Amino acid sequence: MADTLGADTPESYAGLGDEGVRRRDFINIAAVSAAGVGGAAMLIPLVSQMSPSANVLAESSTEVDISAIEPGQAIKAVFRKQPLFVKRLTAQEIAKANEVDVADLRDPQSLAERTKQGHEDVLVTMGVCTHLGCVPLGTAEGEVKGEFGGYFCPCHGSHYDTAGRIRKGPAPANLQVPEYEFASDTVIRVG
Amino acid sequence: MSFPWANQYEPQNGFMKWMDEKLPLPRLVYDAVGAGYPVPRNLNYMWNFGVLAGFFLVLQIVTGVVLAMHYASDASLAFGKIEHIMRDVNWGWLMRYAHANGASFFFLVIYLHIFRGFYYSSYKAPREMIWLLGVVIFLLMMATGFMGYVLPWGQMSFWAAQVITGLFEAIPLIGGPIKIWLLGGFAPDDATLNRFYSLHYLLPFVIVGVVILHVWALHIPGSSNPTGVEVKSESDTVPFHPYYTAKDGFGLGVIMILFTIMVFFLPNALGHPDNYIEANPMSTPAHIVPEWYFWPFYAILRAFTVDFLFVPAKLLGVLAMFASILIWFILPWLDKSPVRSGNYRPMFRAFFVVLMVDLAVLFYCGGAPAEEPYVMISQIATAYYFLHFLVILPIVSQIEKPAAMPASITESVLGSGH
Repeated sequence: MADTLGADTPESYAGLGDEGVRRRDFINIAAVSAAGVGGAAMLIPLVSQMSPSANVLAESSTEVDISAIEPGQAIKAVFRKQPLFVKRLTAQEIAKANEVDVADLRDPQSLAERTKQGHEDVLVTMGVCTHLGCVPLGTAEGEVKGEFGGYFCPCHGSHYDTAGRIRKGPAPANLQVPEYEFASDTVIRVG
Repeated sequence: MSFPWANQYEPQNGFMKWMDEKLPLPRLVYDAVGAGYPVPRNLNYMWNFGVLAGFFLVLQIVTGVVLAMHYASDASLAFGKIEHIMRDVNWGWLMRYAHANGASFFFLVIYLHIFRGFYYSSYKAPREMIWLLGVVIFLLMMATGFMGYVLPWGQMSFWAAQVITGLFEAIPLIGGPIKIWLLGGFAPDDATLNRFYSLHYLLPFVIVGVVILHVWALHIPGSSNPTGVEVKSESDTVPFHPYYTAKDGFGLGVIMILFTIMVFFLPNALGHPDNYIEANPMSTPAHIVPEWYFWPFYAILRAFTVDFLFVPAKLLGVLAMFASILIWFILPWLDKSPVRSGNYRPMFRAFFVVLMVDLAVLFYCGGAPAEEPYVMISQIATAYYFLHFLVILPIVSQIEKPAAMPASITESVLGSGH
């Protein structure tokens, strides 16, 4: 058999059925297919290794004590290595957030939808501008709060209102409200 | 590959003959950048910048490899390592300042090289491939420059990484996961710094590869020249060596004087003081801007502030920024005028000047804060930028009446008697 494998003679077709498929063609296609699928499968680990590793994903839950925040004040906490804004709104700020017609907003959401029931004065948002990820100003005293009295992103000029909703500038969406719950009246658990 | 009258390589001694039979590398160099490459005799100093770009690429690789010996891409160490290089490593300050300013000079000569291409239509047939490869090199340079800027892990580094990877978030549906995948986390951190370091080391060698293709493609039709008239006879050319090695050497001397002034007397003039503050994910610097060589594109990115037909402003800005460079890929087919040189195209020349002014305006706005009047000026300048390439250039190439051209390169140099 071995001496007929390489030769393109009638003998090399012999014994391989009526389709005229040579043993060599089959081996060729099978080998190239196996190598191709194997090579393509290598892409999975090569691409996936760039996704967040286990230690990064492990840091996904944080507790924040909000008892010391007075109305009108805000703090910056850390959640997933990113800033988290927790703000206690004044009655004035709540009224200002509620007087807007929600339907007119770029990302329509009411203040009630962005806070927890019974805690409408506690606004928890990511401190990450939805435009390109800068940290907006407006948490610390004396910082620019923008034209709508909430947050202002200095990078590209996005203005957020007292409910953290986008009102002006290039950002496409409201400041993200992460998943969180009230562990007690004074502690929130984020993530 | 070359003109029939090109000087032929002759090995001078027994060793070189032996070498020429086994590995004709000296022959390759002789034919590529030696006496065996005939070049138009009328090249002006705008033709220096290709060689100068090659020089700065080598300088960046040499200083970069040296810096890598003293750097660590761990987010807790990186910032300190830069000061270690500056204060403790022998001549570390020189290597770092040469590398940081070398990047600026690399971009400076590349921009002049590209603008030379615009004015003399170097992108036109038969040189389209040279141009396309050049645009690829420029895109690779931008990626390399950006990732290198992240490595010192200062405030500007961190926020550059945040903002630029944030661009990918604009992609509908899959943008968010793509950003997390690029960063290897939810915000720039160790994983980001390490992969950028790896790629910052890799990409310059990819650039070397594409540069070899760029020069290879150049040697098929040969260099263009300021008249845009193709080479017709031997009297139109001179050998690259010694004529243009000397001319490029002079240009190199001039730019090295400027480079030396920057490195020794103004090493931080093009940098940002904020980058001497360690990266802080909790606080964005009040005014973040990229390095000067990205300003025009940054201005285009920021020019889009309102949604249009359900497309969010952010996505429009990102698309426009990428499009502003990708549009160069179709430039050879937008400008249909058979005349190459801007010298013989009065209308084109006027619009070329306007484009340069427009780019200068975008450059200025890109470095300015994101407030009025800069936003509105960027919007107008961005609109004009695309208008130039997509509307003005095709129309001008149809309606323009070119000026009288010389019959040959020789005639343009010596007068019509020759």
